[in-house]
Amino acid sequence: MVERQSPLEPEFHVGSHGNFEHGVEILLTETRPGSIVQLAAWPGEEKKLIAAIRTVTGLALPDGAGGGSSDGVKSVFGFAPGKFTAADEAEGLAAAFNKVVTPAIGTVTDLSHGRTAIRIAGPKAEWVLAKFFAIDFALPAFPVGAGRSAAHHDVFAQIQRTGADQFDIYVFRSFARSFWKALCHASEEVGYEVQ
Amino acid sequence: MLITCPYCGPRDVIEFTYQGDGNRERPDPASQNFEAWNAYVYDRLNPAGDHNEIWQHSGGCRAHLRVVRNTLTHEISSVGFARGDHASAARRNAEDKA
Ligand SMILES: [Zn+2]
Repeated sequence: MVERQSPLEPEFHVGSHGNFEHGVEILLTETRPGSIVQLAAWPGEEKKLIAAIRTVTGLALPDGAGGGSSDGVKSVFGFAPGKFTAADEAEGLAAAFNKVVTPAIGTVTDLSHGRTAIRIAGPKAEWVLAKFFAIDFALPAFPVGAGRSAAHHDVFAQIQRTGADQFDIYVFRSFARSFWKALCHASEEVGYEVQ
Repeated sequence: MLITCPYCGPRDVIEFTYQGDGNRERPDPASQNFEAWNAYVYDRLNPAGDHNEIWQHSGGCRAHLRVVRNTLTHEISSVGFARGDHASAARRNAEDKA
């Protein structure tokens, strides 16, 4: 198997950076999922797609806009009406969905090579992300598992909260390095570690 | 100005793209009624007050929205998906007022 190269590599510097003398408050990593898939239901077929997501990933989607779930290996969340992003550590998620999501239900788009997944974690994760996106990152407004669609300087970002102080951000692969650099700069003031 | 997207919640106007006057009724593409096409392309109500508009949440869920915005105050009195019941209700409202 050919090793997939990371677009972050030239700017991916493992270690502690910025103002970390008083402790590291941000952890930045690239999660490198084997599969990233976008799913869309035709109008009226949303329930069937949600059932298909459960069949393939074992994850149940909570009701409501932006609802999502993650078990640490597989993740799924809504990012638009009738549309969902799913990720898996393993490859082959799109093929699995193609067997279940029939053309009558909706569409499956394999974005595994088109998106980069960046994880920001730590006690200042909300603080740093609030500099990028004008949305409410507080836990009651943005519960664990939920997803949000947003943009930073016209770079689309889909954000899933995968822990009380942990977020996974999916950005276009071609913009990922510049987004990563911005994220590093924004984390300098609180001290960050790249792993 | 904040627009409350029915999917994403309240978001800054910078995330949205204006897609034009929401009162236009597009003629059938096969129509040769030039007056109807002329009205579709050029005629606008240009009200000083509530205005039906189409916006896209281009920096978010990318849904097309039907927004009623007051052109004097920028107050937004209703937002709904352009597709669905809300769209036809807003259109009926506009027709009732016209
Ligand atoms: Zn939206």
